[in-house]
Amino acid sequence: MQSRLPIFIFAAVMAAIPFVPGMPPFWIVLLDNIGLAALVAMGLVLLTGVGGLTSFGQAAFVGFGAYTTAVLSTAYGLSPWLTLPLSLLVSGSLAVLLGLITVRLSGHYLPLGTLAWGLGLFYLFSKLEFLGRNDGISAIPPLSIGAFKMLSPGSIYYAIWVAVILSALLTMNLLDSRTGRAIRALRRGHVAAEAFGIHTPRAKLLVFIHAAVLAGLSGWLYAHLQRAVNPTPFGAQAGIEYLFIAVVGGAGYVWGGVLGAAIVVVLKEVLQSYLPLILPGSGQVETIVFGIMLVALLQLAPGGLWPWLMSFLPERTSGKKPDTSLKLEQRSRAPAEAGVLLQVEKARKQFGGVVAVNNVSFDVQAKEIVALIGPNGAGKSTTFNLITGVLSATSGSISVLGKKVDKAPPQEIVKLGISRTFQHVKLVPDMTVLENVAIGAHLRGHSGPISSMLRLDRADEARLLAEAARQIERVGLTEQMHQLAGSLSLGQQRIVEIARALCVDPMLLLLDEPAAGLRHMEKQRLATLLRELRDGGMSVLLVEHDMGFVMNLADRIVVLDFGTKIAEGTPATIKTNPEVIKAYLGVAA
Amino acid sequence: MNTTIMLFLLQDGITNGAIYALLGLALVLVFAVTRVILIPQGEFVTYGALTYASLAAGQMPGTAKLALALGIGAFAFDLFVARKALHGRLVVRSFITNIVLPAIVLALTIYFAAQKPPVAVCIALSLLIVAMIGLYLYRVAFQPLAHTSVLVLLIASVGVHLALQGLGLLFFGAEGQRGPAVLSGAFTAGALRFTGQSITVYAITIAFIVGLRLFFGLTLYGKALRATAVNRLGARLAGIRTTLSGQIAFLLASVIGALSGIMIVPITTLYYDSGFLIGLKGFVAAIIGGLVSYPLTAVAALVVGIVEAFSSFYASNYKEVIVFMLLIPVLLLRSLAAPAVEEEKD
Repeated sequence: MQSRLPIFIFAAVMAAIPFVPGMPPFWIVLLDNIGLAALVAMGLVLLTGVGGLTSFGQAAFVGFGAYTTAVLSTAYGLSPWLTLPLSLLVSGSLAVLLGLITVRLSGHYLPLGTLAWGLGLFYLFSKLEFLGRNDGISAIPPLSIGAFKMLSPGSIYYAIWVAVILSALLTMNLLDSRTGRAIRALRRGHVAAEAFGIHTPRAKLLVFIHAAVLAGLSGWLYAHLQRAVNPTPFGAQAGIEYLFIAVVGGAGYVWGGVLGAAIVVVLKEVLQSYLPLILPGSGQVETIVFGIMLVALLQLAPGGLWPWLMSFLPERTSGKKPDTSLKLEQRSRAPAEAGVLLQVEKARKQFGGVVAVNNVSFDVQAKEIVALIGPNGAGKSTTFNLITGVLSATSGSISVLGKKVDKAPPQEIVKLGISRTFQHVKLVPDMTVLENVAIGAHLRGHSGPISSMLRLDRADEARLLAEAARQIERVGLTEQMHQLAGSLSLGQQRIVEIARALCVDPMLLLLDEPAAGLRHMEKQRLATLLRELRDGGMSVLLVEHDMGFVMNLADRIVVLDFGTKIAEGTPATIKTNPEVIKAYLGVAA
Repeated sequence: MNTTIMLFLLQDGITNGAIYALLGLALVLVFAVTRVILIPQGEFVTYGALTYASLAAGQMPGTAKLALALGIGAFAFDLFVARKALHGRLVVRSFITNIVLPAIVLALTIYFAAQKPPVAVCIALSLLIVAMIGLYLYRVAFQPLAHTSVLVLLIASVGVHLALQGLGLLFFGAEGQRGPAVLSGAFTAGALRFTGQSITVYAITIAFIVGLRLFFGLTLYGKALRATAVNRLGARLAGIRTTLSGQIAFLLASVIGALSGIMIVPITTLYYDSGFLIGLKGFVAAIIGGLVSYPLTAVAALVVGIVEAFSSFYASNYKEVIVFMLLIPVLLLRSLAAPAVEEEKD
């Protein structure tokens, strides 16, 4: 829900620049170059800054875009406008191919992998006969509309900046949507995202393609600006340069990409033209100064310059409250959501020689609050992970509504109406509470990336946000709705996690230590809420250490010790059970 | 192809592979301890090589001055960080390690450069100079960024690479140089001819791999480095100075880089910008080794060297393509076998 006004002002300013009297033509050339770099950097912002996937290989995608149009418009005489979709298609489909190989790589394999194929492709560009080897391809026709040929840097300027601003708008639309939230959740690890049905490899591939298509677009424009292509601008050096454009500008921000492009392009130009005047006669002084300035910039603003600049602006106060009258379709329920919801039978989990969960059996009935208690290391969280498909059991079985779900991935479990919170809070700290909670409703929305970019998802999006707002209200955090999740206290973050889990519209809620970090009054409110949920037809399975809280709330208690179930019963019987007392207090008691 | 050519290519590949192995080891080491992907590793190679070649030719290498300049920078950073709690001992210690030491080395270099020193002196001076550059570089460029993300460190690493490469051109000019063999002489065994130089390469690589193994396995500093690699915060809580670990890692990496350079420069002509590509091949080996395993990296480096030798014989045009594309199947295998583990980032 960002205001579009600054963007329109920016677009108007950019449109007016060529008409400024006395504007040196060389500045227009610089602006052209900034625009081209900004397109690629924007893709990297999404890929690296937001999605957490570092790529050195973007220059290769620029190359695919440029060479596609170069070959087709020279050797086959196709119109440049026809080659535009083809350029994007080639970059996009090669991104699918390379993405399938690389996006599954974790941590530092990924950037190094992209560096490797970036280099390999660069050498391929310079060796292939039909791409003109090291000489490349020249005499590429200019872009033209009717008889108007965009021959000068000033005339293609508009094509470039229209592309930049449109891409920025589409990218921002994408980020502010159901798919965008899935992408923004990627950087914080997979488990939380997958617990709400997000298919993380698919989301990664999507940003990879998006970034590649933007790079391809930049390449297509580049080819028709220069009217010649050769391998040099698509090498590893360029790939690295795009990445630092994004990082210097602020890798998490779309406009950071544009700012970074401006800074880097202008800085290089200034160094190249003025440094020889100060230090005459020496070769690559500008490279030296450029490298040093880069390190200095990072030491001053490690997060990039865009967020650093933005911190001087007055903070924008809360956004608009979603219209909670909009109703979201309920999750389709199995007819038999009564009786036994969850049946755990002789579930066992071994990590090497350690038996974390040892043949544990219990069940959860409809409309029931069951507590799983036990000393630290008793296997409670592991049991949660087994039920939700994060881990698969070594032996034994887990069934939901009578159906076995032993090997089902988390995305399938949540579809059955089982949602959870985490012992170690897994929220996206730089997203608002509202956005975090809306991730819980991911499966109840339908809009894909294309409709999000084109803003065709607004009705769907409004319903998702309305549902999120309703659940936030339900847990009593309405005032914090537009704050960043990372700024809340740990106790409040746990409550946010509960709201997120409620957005699934679950039949069974799994809460891992929900009361930890809560004050007394907050615990009482939580207990009231859970009772309300139960009375409304939901079941709750919770792990908790606060005995007062558990004994007052739970209908039934299952006690684990060293991975083995030692007791099960009502709070009253558990309190007096000698085995339980022994486990908690030792033999003497 | 006949056996002679094959054996020759194999030998060539193993010699190059041994160098890549050393560089790969250094990259793994630095990444594990500091999370910096050390792109300037290539510059350590060229600086070592060209400093050695210049000295042997009786020229004054500019790198000695750079070491002093970086040392002054490091001293300034030390003073600035400790400005609220300056005390004499700290200032004196920082002054000695950052200014007195490079000044002495610079004086020695000026003295020896004028009189075409023997090979051993050239090697010692080159190693000293590059080692100091590596040490001060960490202090000036990377230590202030130690808390940031891998990505920011990587970009800083690129910045350092660019600056060092530019300085390399300034110091050594655009022409390539060759240095005298570290060990002259040769012998033949069957169809193969072993030069003293290639024997040196094998011996030093093996010595380094064994040495690193002993260093990490047996010494307290080695163990401290490993602890830092596994868990930075935990290491700090246990009283390990993580900045010291970073300095040791950079010191080792720069020494390894310089040594590799000194070993290659008698075999091939090196230019101020040759280091990047050599470093990258060490990189390929390091990636295949997963940036964690030293033995795997060493084996991978040998494979890279051999593949490079054979592809330069059969398809010299596509030599680089083949070497870098070698990674794709490895990555493919890794991603198929990748366990779905949770990574907590930031």
